Amino acid sequence: MKIAVCVSHVPDTAAKINIKDDGKGIDKTGVTYVVNPYDEFAIEEALKTKEKFGGDTVAISLGGEANKETLRKALAMGIDNAVLLKDDSQRDSLSVAKALADEIKSQNFELVFFGKQSVDFDNSVTGQLTAELLGYNCISVVVDFKLEGNKIIAEREIEGGKEVVETILPAVITTQKGLNEPRYASLKGIMAAKKKVIEEKPASSANNFVEVVTMKRPAPKQAGKIIGTDASAVPELIRLLHEEAKVI
Amino acid sequence: MGNKILVLLEQRNGQIKKPSLEAAKSAFDLSAKLSCEFETAVIGNEIDNLESIGNYGVTKVKHFKNSELLNYSPSAYSKILSKYAKETGASIIIVSNTSLGKDLAPRLAAVLDAGLAMDCISLEVTNNEIVATRPIYAGKVLLDVKLNSSVKIFTLRPNVFSAAKLNDAKAEVSVVNVDNPDLSTKVVEIKKSEGKIDVAQAEIIVAGGRGMKSREHFQLIDELSQLLGAASGASRAVVDAGWRPHSEQVGQTGKTVSPTLYIALGISGAIQHLAGMRSSKFIVAVNKDKDAPIFQISDYGIVGDVFEIVPVMIEEIKKIKS
Ligand SMILES: Cc1cc2nc3c(=O)[nH]c(=O)nc-3n(C[C@H](O)[C@H](O)[C@H](O)COP(=O)(O)OP(=O)(O)OC[C@H]3O[C@@H](n4cnc5c(N)ncnc54)[C@H](O)[C@@H]3O)c2cc1C
Ligand SMILES: Nc1ncnc2c1ncn2[C@@H]1O[C@H](COP(=O)(O)O)[C@@H](O)[C@H]1O
Repeated sequence: MKIAVCVSHVPDTAAKINIKDDGKGIDKTGVTYVVNPYDEFAIEEALKTKEKFGGDTVAISLGGEANKETLRKALAMGIDNAVLLKDDSQRDSLSVAKALADEIKSQNFELVFFGKQSVDFDNSVTGQLTAELLGYNCISVVVDFKLEGNKIIAEREIEGGKEVVETILPAVITTQKGLNEPRYASLKGIMAAKKKVIEEKPASSANNFVEVVTMKRPAPKQAGKIIGTDASAVPELIRLLHEEAKVI
Repeated sequence: MGNKILVLLEQRNGQIKKPSLEAAKSAFDLSAKLSCEFETAVIGNEIDNLESIGNYGVTKVKHFKNSELLNYSPSAYSKILSKYAKETGASIIIVSNTSLGKDLAPRLAAVLDAGLAMDCISLEVTNNEIVATRPIYAGKVLLDVKLNSSVKIFTLRPNVFSAAKLNDAKAEVSVVNVDNPDLSTKVVEIKKSEGKIDVAQAEIIVAGGRGMKSREHFQLIDELSQLLGAASGASRAVVDAGWRPHSEQVGQTGKTVSPTLYIALGISGAIQHLAGMRSSKFIVAVNKDKDAPIFQISDYGIVGDVFEIVPVMIEEIKKIKS
C-alpha cells in the first residue's frame, strides 16, 4: 500500500513568539523549530500501518529549506522517502492543501495521514481540505484506527465522548494524541536518514484567500488578587465567586 | 454584489447545541451591520422545538431531514450543505468551532473554493468587510484576517459570542427530505464518556494538576466538580501519569476551553496549559507556590496547600448550595 504522511515544521510550543514590526508575521530569529507534535502521531501510524500491511511510506512537507529538518526526523523514525514541496512564501491552508493534493494525486497514495492541527496557526483544517480536493474520504481527530481490507473503522474525539466512524480507502486520517505512542528515532535510523536524498520540487501555485491584516499580542490579563495563604481564605473566595463574580 | 449569510446549526440527539445559538445571534448582528439577509440550515432527523431558534433573530431555517442523518456524516453534510450554499448564493458561511464544525468547515471551503478563518473570537465589520480575530501560536498571538474570496467561511469559538435571546419570535421551518444521502463516511456509534460533562462544553471546569499528587486524590476534584455541575479537567502531567484520561486534558495538546469559571488546583500554569484555558472568563487558582505562573492570569488566587483548601471549598460551596 502507498502511504503518505504530511508534516509541518513549527516553532517549539515553549518558544517565545515575537511579532515583526510590520505586524504581518513573526520574528523567527532565535526560535527553535520542531516537527509539529501531532504529526508525530501521524508518522507513527503510517509506520505501524506499513509494518502490518507492507507498502511504502513517503513524508511530504510544504515549505522552505528548513522543513528538511522535519522530513529528516520522519526518515529517522523509519519513513522510507521524503518530498519537500519548496515554497518560501506564507500560504493559507487552502493553498497548502491544493499543492499537497496535487502531489498526493500524482503519486496515487491510498492512505494519507495528517496531524489534526499545526501548532503555529492552529487551523486544524489541512487534512480535511486536502481530502475533499482529492475526493478521498476523511476522518479527523482520530484516536483509534483500524484497517480491514479497504475498510476503515476509526474513533474520533468529540465533545463528551467519541464517534465511531466507518469509511473506505482511499482516505485521509488526521491524528490526535492518544492514537499511539510515537517511537524514538534509533541511532541507526538517524544515520540512515542522513544519507537519504530528500526529493525537492516546486509546490504547485495557488491563490491565497486569507489576508493578514495584523498580528498583535493579547491584552495582558491583570494578575488577580491573592485572597489568602491558607484555608481561612476560602469563605471569602467563595463569597466573591458567588456574590461579586456571580459565577457559582 | 450584496452579501448573504448562511449559518449552519448543529444538533445532537435532536437538540440544537448552544454554540449554534451563539452563531445564529452573531449572524443576526452581522446581517444588520452588513445590511444583508441571513438564513440558517440544519441537518438531522426529528429536531425539538426548532422554531424557537427565532428567539435569536433567525427568521428562516431549512431543515434537511433523513432518519439516517441522526448522527454526523461528513460526506453527507458536506454534499448537502455545499449544494445548498451554492443554490442560495451564500457569500458568508458561519459555523461553530465544535468537533463537528471543525471537521465540516474545511470540507465546505474546499468544495466552494472559499477562504477560511477558524476559531474566531471576534468578527468586526469595517468598510463593509469582516475582519476576524483568531488566536494563533496557542493564544500567544492574536491574528486579524480578511478573506479575499467570493465565499468566506468563519468558525466561531464556543462560549465567546453572546447567545442572548432577542425575543420570543418563531422561525419559519421548511423541511426538505433528503433522498439517498452520501453515507460513504458515517458515524456508526457514539461512545459517551460515562455520565460526565465534557470540558469542551462545560460552563465551569475544576482542573487538577500534578500538585494533586495521585490518582486517588482526584476524588476531591470530582467531588467539587459534581457540586458545581462542572466538568473535571486535568493538566498534561496528570494525563501522562495515567491518573486521568486524555479526554480531560486542557491545553495545547488537549482541549481548548473557555468556560465561565476555571478552577486550577495544583497546576503550575505552563504556557501549553494556558494555551487551552486562558480565554476562560473567570480563573481561580490554588497553588502552594506564590510564583506559579497560573497566578498571573488568575482573577483570584489562594497561595496554599490544595489538601487543606479544597475540602474547605467543598464545605463552603455546600453551604451556598443548600
Ligand atoms: C508539545 C507540548 C505540548 C504540551 N501540551 C500540554 C497540554 O495540552 N496541557 C498541559 O497541561 N500541558 C501541556 N504540556 C506540558 C506543560 O509544559 C507542563 O509540563 C504541564 O502543564 C505541567 O502540568 P502541572 O501544572 O500539572 O504540573 P507541574 O508543572 O509539575 O506543576 C504542579 C504544580 O502544583 C503545585 N503544587 C504541588 N503540590 C501542591 C499542593 N500540595 N498544593 C498546592 N499546589 C501544589 C506546584 O507548586 C506546581 O506549581 C505540553 C508540553 C509540550 C512540550
Ligand atoms: N506546510 C505543510 N506541509 C505539509 N503538511 C502540512 C503543512 N501544513 C499543515 N500540514 C498538515 O496538516 C495538518 C493540520 O495543519 P493545520 O490545518 O495547519 O492546523 C498538520 O498536522 C500537518 O499534518
